[in-house]
Amino acid sequence: MSQKVLLNATEINIILNRLACQLIENHLDFKETVLIGIQPRGVYLAERIKKLLIEEYAIEEIKLGYLDITFYRDDFRRTEKTLEANKTKIDFVVEKKKVVFIDDVLYTGRSINAALTAVQSFGRPEEVELLCLIDRRFSRHLPIQPDYKGRQVDAINEEKVKVCWKENEGEDTVYLVKS
Amino acid sequence: MSELSVNHLLGIKYITAADIELIFKTADHFKEVINRPIKKVPSLRDITIANLFFENSTRTKLSFELAEKRLSADVINFSAAASSVKKGETLIDTVNNILSMKVDMVVMRHPNPGAGIFLSKHIKASIVNAGDGAHEHPTQALLDSYSIREKLGDVAGKNVVIVGDILHSRVALSNIYALKLQGANVKVCGPKTLMPKYIESLGVEVELDLRKALEWCDVANMLRVQNERMDISYFPSTREYTQQYGVNKQLLNSLNKEIVIMHPGPINRGVEITSDVADSDQAIILDQVQNGVAVRMAVIYLLASKIKQ
Repeated sequence: MSQKVLLNATEINIILNRLACQLIENHLDFKETVLIGIQPRGVYLAERIKKLLIEEYAIEEIKLGYLDITFYRDDFRRTEKTLEANKTKIDFVVEKKKVVFIDDVLYTGRSINAALTAVQSFGRPEEVELLCLIDRRFSRHLPIQPDYKGRQVDAINEEKVKVCWKENEGEDTVYLVKS
Repeated sequence: MSELSVNHLLGIKYITAADIELIFKTADHFKEVINRPIKKVPSLRDITIANLFFENSTRTKLSFELAEKRLSADVINFSAAASSVKKGETLIDTVNNILSMKVDMVVMRHPNPGAGIFLSKHIKASIVNAGDGAHEHPTQALLDSYSIREKLGDVAGKNVVIVGDILHSRVALSNIYALKLQGANVKVCGPKTLMPKYIESLGVEVELDLRKALEWCDVANMLRVQNERMDISYFPSTREYTQQYGVNKQLLNSLNKEIVIMHPGPINRGVEITSDVADSDQAIILDQVQNGVAVRMAVIYLLASKIKQ
């Protein structure tokens, strides 16, 4: 197994700032917007973006929730292992709000498809956007594209994109792992 | 661990502490799901479940049916009273006929102990025991433990007394297995005539004095006197039973601590507990019912995930 660095800490920091600015461009004060981190890995990115928006760009209030899609996945009983759920925490109203899904890697699009179904359990959003750090283009199984993307990556199926966060893995780095 | 060690839930006796932990962790997520505006997930949309009730039930049947529907399973119901069982059909024939309609899972309540185990040896579908005679009622024990965990933080190390008709109670047996597996201390309390022989071999203590039992415990699980299973008189009168083994507010107030009161239902108000106890803040009877749906969703979800395509 070999791995190569796709993004280092500085590059990630620049990208996060750009993504935050792009969000502000479309959502201004975030009064009618809610951010939803997709469990498990999208949550780290979502927390980072929230922190940036509040601390660096003086947005007063950001509503951030976590959405677990396990029970909405289309591969239930089709995988070897039982799918284990994570915590969903959405303690605000989604009805008529602009929702921004946040996930670290966009690959086949199936997770986002499940998230689109899952979020409807909390109401009918005005619109839903998607933000991802890594967009693995040419790997999509469904017609789903990101509205905000950090970096586009052309990776073949045998390769894996691994996103590491300081708060979890001790470093901010994105790797391309070859098995 | 993310998978149950069994393919059927026939009794607590056959599962492990890790299984219970996994069921509770999964139930936590489902508890959040059933408190959403839309309380349904699509996980089991390609699973069909048959609820076979060869014995009367209100709460368990509703709870299972709701759990199945919240998971988007297709559900068919069967009750023995209105079926060909009355015409002399055997259990295996009845179930096989239902399974030939492509059913993946069977939830069964039956008056004969071991009916679920017998069936699991003869049919392919996954089986959940919803009570078999005086043997086991595993999902009730799971939701009881889950409710204790929710109320007191943990089951391990807690003192739990099960009061009442231990002899005829499947709830008592399943609870004893479940509580011991999770490291709780268990006592049983009730008239000597309603104590099974050799009950101590399960690692529980017998306490015939209700006051002493209540002073010892953190949780009291009050069982119903099962008149329908009693072929002889086990105590002189209901009045005498209530005087010795009924819990009232006065008795609770005289204890030096506040204990948690549980009841699997249906309650005989005024017999095993009085109305003021059943409706008090100390009673978590309605929490048990709500948790029942979440716990059953977890059990069905985890068993269904082992049915491969």
